[in-house]
Amino acid sequence: MTRYDVVVVGGGPAGLSAALSARGEGSRSVLVVERDTKLGGILNQCIHNGFGLITFNEELTGPEYAARFEDRALAAGIDLMLDTMVLDLSDDRIVTCVNATDGLVRVQAGAVVLAMGCRERPRGALNIPGFRPAGVFTAGTAQRLVNIEGLMPGREVVILGSGDIGLIMARRMTLEGAHVACVAELMPYSGGLKRNIVQCLDDFGIPLLLSHTVTRVEGEKRVEAVWVAQVGTDGRPVPKTEVRYPCDTLLLSVGLLPENELSREAGVELSPITRGPVVNESLETSVTGIFACGNVLHVHDLVDYVSQEARVAGEHAGAYADLIAAGKTPEKGREIALRARDGVRYTVPQSLDPRRMADRLVVRFRVGGVFENRYVSVYLDEERIQHRKRSILVPGEMEQVILKRDELLAHANLSEITVRLEED
Amino acid sequence: MQNSDYDVVIVGAGVSGCATARELSRLEARVLVIEREEDVCCGTSKANSAIVHAGYDARTGSLMAKLNVEGSRLMPALCESLGVDFMRIGSLVVCTSEEMLPGLEELRQRGANNGVEGLEVVDRPRLLELEPAVSHAALGALWAPTAGIVNPFQLNVAFAEDASVNGVDFRFNSRVSGLSRDDDGCWHVSCSTGNVTCRVVVNAAGVHADELHNLVSTDKLVITPRRGQYYVLDTTAGAHVRHTVFSQPTVLGKGVLITPTTAGNLLVGPNAEDITDKEGTDTTAEGLAEVAEKSSVAVRDVPLREVITSFSGLRAHQPGHDFVIGEVEGAPGFVDCAAIESPGLSACPAIGRMVAGIVRDILALAPKPVVTPWRSEFVSLERATTEEWAALVEKNPAYGRVICRCRKVSEAQIVDAIHAPLGARSLDAVKRRTEACMGRCQAGFCTPKIMEILAREVEGMDMSDVTKAGPGSGIVVGTNKDGLAGDGR
Amino acid sequence: MEERTLTCIRCPRGCAVTVVLEGDTVVSVRGNSCPRGDTYARAEVTNPMRVVTTTVPVHGSDIECMVSVKTAGDVPKGRVFDVVKALRGIEATAPVEMGDVILANAAGTGVDVIATKRA
Repeated sequence: MTRYDVVVVGGGPAGLSAALSARGEGSRSVLVVERDTKLGGILNQCIHNGFGLITFNEELTGPEYAARFEDRALAAGIDLMLDTMVLDLSDDRIVTCVNATDGLVRVQAGAVVLAMGCRERPRGALNIPGFRPAGVFTAGTAQRLVNIEGLMPGREVVILGSGDIGLIMARRMTLEGAHVACVAELMPYSGGLKRNIVQCLDDFGIPLLLSHTVTRVEGEKRVEAVWVAQVGTDGRPVPKTEVRYPCDTLLLSVGLLPENELSREAGVELSPITRGPVVNESLETSVTGIFACGNVLHVHDLVDYVSQEARVAGEHAGAYADLIAAGKTPEKGREIALRARDGVRYTVPQSLDPRRMADRLVVRFRVGGVFENRYVSVYLDEERIQHRKRSILVPGEMEQVILKRDELLAHANLSEITVRLEED
Repeated sequence: MQNSDYDVVIVGAGVSGCATARELSRLEARVLVIEREEDVCCGTSKANSAIVHAGYDARTGSLMAKLNVEGSRLMPALCESLGVDFMRIGSLVVCTSEEMLPGLEELRQRGANNGVEGLEVVDRPRLLELEPAVSHAALGALWAPTAGIVNPFQLNVAFAEDASVNGVDFRFNSRVSGLSRDDDGCWHVSCSTGNVTCRVVVNAAGVHADELHNLVSTDKLVITPRRGQYYVLDTTAGAHVRHTVFSQPTVLGKGVLITPTTAGNLLVGPNAEDITDKEGTDTTAEGLAEVAEKSSVAVRDVPLREVITSFSGLRAHQPGHDFVIGEVEGAPGFVDCAAIESPGLSACPAIGRMVAGIVRDILALAPKPVVTPWRSEFVSLERATTEEWAALVEKNPAYGRVICRCRKVSEAQIVDAIHAPLGARSLDAVKRRTEACMGRCQAGFCTPKIMEILAREVEGMDMSDVTKAGPGSGIVVGTNKDGLAGDGR
Repeated sequence: MEERTLTCIRCPRGCAVTVVLEGDTVVSVRGNSCPRGDTYARAEVTNPMRVVTTTVPVHGSDIECMVSVKTAGDVPKGRVFDVVKALRGIEATAPVEMGDVILANAAGTGVDVIATKRA
């Protein structure tokens, strides 16, 4: 059986960053397994710009951002298996994958980094009533058709969901000659970046209907219309507010779900809130030697943060692989829980061991609603160590706090760390 | 005898029509199946509970009862020989109200009278052993070990492929608009893709069977579309119950069933609503809500939030509530195979035999000396061991390229589905033959890839020609920028 | 004197920037967190500009059938559709490198459309 120090599942931005940092100075063998015929992941179809402002201080398109990492990965001597799907991951880190040239291949990994990204929530998961015609797409599938295949999913479009993918596709479809009638959003606020409301909706006069949803799809063979209704505070359609929108296409941008089928099969514990693996400060999952980063860990908004997070995962995966190669047994860490409270929906990581932390640890989190004029506070047990005022916090924008190892080590008998929002 | 284009024309390529076609393909006859949709299995046959009922439910002495029990007996061996997924998992009719308990015994008795074997009324302790997930209100049940589940798409396709390989012609996208019989006793079938003459017409037209029947007979048949809506739950919920669980009907009406499917999903539903629109295969908020509410009666904690899709199917219901099978009086050579509502799927092997028998007798058909044996190769990589998969890739590298990642369907299977007899020409046709598109992402990932494969493998088909389900359901409407106005936007 | 508040699109922060105008002249800008925001706000109220990203077909490539492109700089917002329409019927020929000019001086804006993907 082939052996690699680090095997990375997924060759998108997370996988590439993790592979690069795992490779280090070139002492470790690193393999990236990618199911597409090329690297880049979802960035290949994200042809719009806005990527890389933090990483490169440049505004790049998705493919350009991906190419930077791809070039570095190839130059660094990272091995690739493209057009290959990982079928199984065992808890002793045997990766089983399949492709057309090699058939079924098993690889023993010193450490594994999960970087499989996420998938889109389909219409079926929302139970939108009506017929099941052609013309209902998730926004990502439509994006692939337009940007990779050069094919138009439709001409008269209604979009459900104002997350970034929905907003980006509103602009994309319009620029290719379609008419987007509206973007309906279930919540009373948009899930996407404010800049996208401006450059994708306002620029084209596309109305954003907050607190609205699609209640019915018409058309047996192809979409003929959708009905859009107001939604009450209970989240349910308000009777008699339905408006019929004749159209031939419904695009759905109604949620991204980390793709953790493989993780689950490997026995990795998943968080019901992030739907990704529960991880410690090293981004190691509940199965030792298996690390996770990027959208498979929790859904991100900015690829720059994906790259940062993945770099950390790759470093730790590499360090773990070194221990394995030296015949040492990695020590079990002392897990101190990180709690998300009072408006903070989750944190990644969910636990940490201060002795294994780097000097500084980025703790990423999201809030569960729209909050104005709140303090982001960090508590070590009862002691508040951070208290920063923020004028606005929204679910659609990932936030972070930074923890310092020295500060944590100095706190005697630390049992719990809390990240919460406070009014004063 | 006069020269007609065909000996037999079967209208409808659902399980009834295709089972009949397969049986007739063993006889010396020229047979044509005319189907209005683009593929087999596009009507009720693709939108049902996928259950092979044991046969206790139908009224004793009815055709339904007889053919259900016979079909249920034939199904395991038939599926084995055709390569169709069938699992004899048994069923439970769960009683949740004290005064309905005697009804279980009545049902058992009726089943015994119908010829069903192994029926047993079980009390709550035994019920819990059989099915730990039953609700707290469950008092007892009728246990039917001979009941099973089948893959209805595979069954329908396998019947059709077998029939085709043995000489039956099929025409799709073809509507029958008229029927008349000339003085020589020859039937003239007016069809949108060209008129056809034949000696016998088999009416297997599903919810439209009354329309066809009433063209030839003054003794009117009335078919009411009875809509049933379902939830399909992810395979993560597939083991929630071990058997098919029915709710015994109470004064409040019929309940819904919860059942695993052969592919490992969980099916919840259906309700029953008589509608007037024969194209009414849409789901409704009210219907789905009704199914959700009823789902908790017999089974605990049904994980409805793991829903991946919902659908509705129309049962061809007629007031007498029995199958209508036979040569129509006053219309010699016109054979009804109508009102095939539940247990139609369970009965279809027997229905096929019965209808073919009627046709054989009308035309005095002799058996063919040689029949080409047929087995549809429905490979499942989801259930294959790694060694089995490795061997498949050795044989055909395209097994190593996974197209539908949710159900692990490979390029080889999709290509095979396209090149099989009556091969797939649309996304839904590929779906029926391979399980692709039926996973948790509901074709989000595989749609562009399957489009590519169809365009590559089907002569004269570009990606922009690919449809979801035949004419009018194109996936894409054109190419980029082709809709941009020249000026003045 | 007029005050207009807009969302800066220069980076994902989306600062709310308020511009004070006297007729067509910008008097002051506040609310931005960086100089780019200031520049953006001034332009947005007087002569809004946008970068256009789109795709063109490419032939002769083993790896792609479409190549993603962008305007090498921003163009007046009112000319965005002119730029897109100017790309109708334009096809790239492999090999394509990132930065290759696909259409020079698109729609007379003085801005080139360049490739952002290899093919």
